[in-house]
Amino acid sequence: MSIQAQGVTKRFGPFVALDDVSLDVRPGGLTALLGPSGGGKSTLLRVIGGLETPDSGEVRIDGRDMTRVPAHERGVGFVFQHYAAFEHLSVFRNVAFGLEIRKRPKDEIRRKVGELLELVHLEAFADRRPAQLSGGQRQRMALARALAAEPSVLLLDEPFGALDTKVRRELRAWLRRLHDEVQVTTVVVTHDQEEALEVADEVVVVNHGRVEQVGPPDELYDKPANDFVMEFLGPVTTLGGRLVRPHDVEILTERSASALPARVARLQRVGFDVRADVTTSEGEAAWVQLTRAHADALALAEGADVWLRTRG
Amino acid sequence: MTTTLDPTGAATEVAAPVGVSGKGARRGRAARRRERTPDVADQQRRPLGVGSGTGLGVLVLFLSLVVLLPLAAVVLEAAGAGWGSFWDAITTPQAVRSLVFTVTASAIVTVVNAVMGTVIAWVLVRDEFPGKRLVELVIDIPFALPTIVAGLVVLAVYGRGGVVDLFATRGGVVVALLFVTLPFVVRAVQPVLIGLDRSREQAAATLGARPSTVFRRIVLPPLFPAIASGAALAFARAMGEYGSVLLISGGLAKTQVSSMYAYGLYEAYDFPGAAATATVLLVVSLAVLIGFELLQRRVARRG
Repeated sequence: MSIQAQGVTKRFGPFVALDDVSLDVRPGGLTALLGPSGGGKSTLLRVIGGLETPDSGEVRIDGRDMTRVPAHERGVGFVFQHYAAFEHLSVFRNVAFGLEIRKRPKDEIRRKVGELLELVHLEAFADRRPAQLSGGQRQRMALARALAAEPSVLLLDEPFGALDTKVRRELRAWLRRLHDEVQVTTVVVTHDQEEALEVADEVVVVNHGRVEQVGPPDELYDKPANDFVMEFLGPVTTLGGRLVRPHDVEILTERSASALPARVARLQRVGFDVRADVTTSEGEAAWVQLTRAHADALALAEGADVWLRTRG
Repeated sequence: MTTTLDPTGAATEVAAPVGVSGKGARRGRAARRRERTPDVADQQRRPLGVGSGTGLGVLVLFLSLVVLLPLAAVVLEAAGAGWGSFWDAITTPQAVRSLVFTVTASAIVTVVNAVMGTVIAWVLVRDEFPGKRLVELVIDIPFALPTIVAGLVVLAVYGRGGVVDLFATRGGVVVALLFVTLPFVVRAVQPVLIGLDRSREQAAATLGARPSTVFRRIVLPPLFPAIASGAALAFARAMGEYGSVLLISGGLAKTQVSSMYAYGLYEAYDFPGAAATATVLLVVSLAVLIGFELLQRRVARRG
C-alpha cells in the first residue's frame, strides 16, 4: 500500500518537529527515514501510524485519508525501539494479541502465530515470557506481533537502536530478507546512515523537520542535494574549499597542472584502508582515503610532497 | 519460508535457558517447583554472615516485642477461659451483628477504594491539570490525621446539620471508612503506573485494540498486584478502625463495629470477651491478607 503525507506540520510547544513535510512512499518498498536525533523522522513515522495527530496537513494510506483515524483503526504495524513487549503475556500470546482482539477462531490463531514464530525463528520460545528473551529476540517477537494482524504498512521506529552492533548487523540483513519475502510496504526510521544505505530501496533524509532529499541510496551517496546530505551520508573532507568524499581525492606523486600541491602530514592504516592526512600549500588540512595496495604503489611516506585532485 | 539467521547469529542470540518450555503451563510450573528445591536447600546450608545474622536477630526481636507477643497475649487471654466461653463470647447476637457489619462495610470500602484509588492514581500520573500538587497533598491527609480528628472532619460534613446527614447511619460509618482508607490503593498504584512503558499501550493500539481494551488487557494486569496489596491494607485498616467511626456511628447498636463492641466489653471488665472479639478480627484480617496474596500470585502466574 502506498503512503502519502501532504504538508504535514507538527509542533510540540514552541518546537517545530515537522515543518510542512510531504512524502510519497511507493507500495511494496522499503523506505528509510534517515536523519539526526530530533530532526523529526520519528514524529513523521508516528504521524503516519496515528500515534501523533498533525497540526495541519494530511496522511493517506492506500489513497484513503487517515489523518483523523485513530491508531487502532489504521491497520498499521508498528515496531518500537524498546520492543514494547507485553511482559505479562507469553511470546505466543504477544504475537497472538492482534488476532485475539479481532476474535479470530482459535485454530486459525494457533496456525498463524506458529507460522510467524517460525518466520522470526522463535518457535522454540513460544511459552517464554519476553523477559526471558535477549534484546534481538524480543525485537523479532515484536516484528512477528506487528505482522500478525496483516498490516497494510509496517512502520519501524529505530528498531535496532537498543541492540549491540553485531546483533544489529544481523537483524538488519534479516529484515531486508524478511521484507523481500513478506512484501509489505515498510518504513524504517534510523539515525544510522550505514543502516539506511544497506537496507532501504529509498532513503528520505530528514533534518530540522524538513525533507532534505529523497532517492535511492546510491543516488543520495553519489549526488547529494546539499552539504548536509553529503556530510550525513558518508565521510567528507574539504579540498579547495569544497566538500568531497575522501576516497574521491586522487593522490599524484608528479606535479600536474590541475592538481593542488600538498604535503603528507600523517599516514595511518585502518584495516584495509589507509588514511592520509595532508596539508595543502595554502595551509588547508584534508584527508584522503585510499587502499593499502594503492598507498604502497605510490610509495607514500610522511613528509612527502604530493599533488591532489578530485576524481570524476 | 526460507529466511534464516546465520548460525553464529542464532547462537549468540539465545538467552540463558530459564525453567522448562514444556507444553502445558501446569506441567511447566510443577517442573519449576521441583527445580527450585535444591536451591532452597543450598541457601539453608549456607551460614549467615555477621551482618545478616544481626539483621535477622533485630528483625525477630522487634517483630516479637511489637507485633507477635501482643497478638499471642490476646489470643491466650481469649483462650484462657476455655473454648466454651470463647464461643459464647463471639456468638452473642450483638457480637455477630457488629462483626457482620464490620466485614460488610470493610468489603464495600475496599471495592470502592480499589476502583477510585486506581482512577485517582491514573489521573495523578497521566494527566496534567492546575492544582495537581495540591491534590497530591490532599490524598495523604487521611493518613496524616489522628483518626479521631478524621472522625470530626467526617462529622462536620456528614453529621447532624452537615451537608448530608448520615449521623448514626451505617452509610455514615462507610463514608468515614472510605475517608481513612483512600490513600492505600492510590499510593500503592501510583509508582507502578509511573513505571509503565507507554509504548506498550501504543503498540496495543496499533494492533487494533480500542482504548478500553488497551486498559483492560495491557494496563490493568501489571497494576493488579499493586491494587490488590493496596486493597488488602485498606481492608485490614477498615476492619480495625475505631476513632474515625466512633463519632458518626452515634453509639447505636446497628452502627456498631467490632472494635467498638470489643471496647464496650473491655469497659465492662469482660476482658476475655474483648480478647475473643479481637481474636476474631485478627483471624478475619489475616485470612483476607492471605487471600489477596494468593490471588496476586495466581494472577501473576496466569498473566
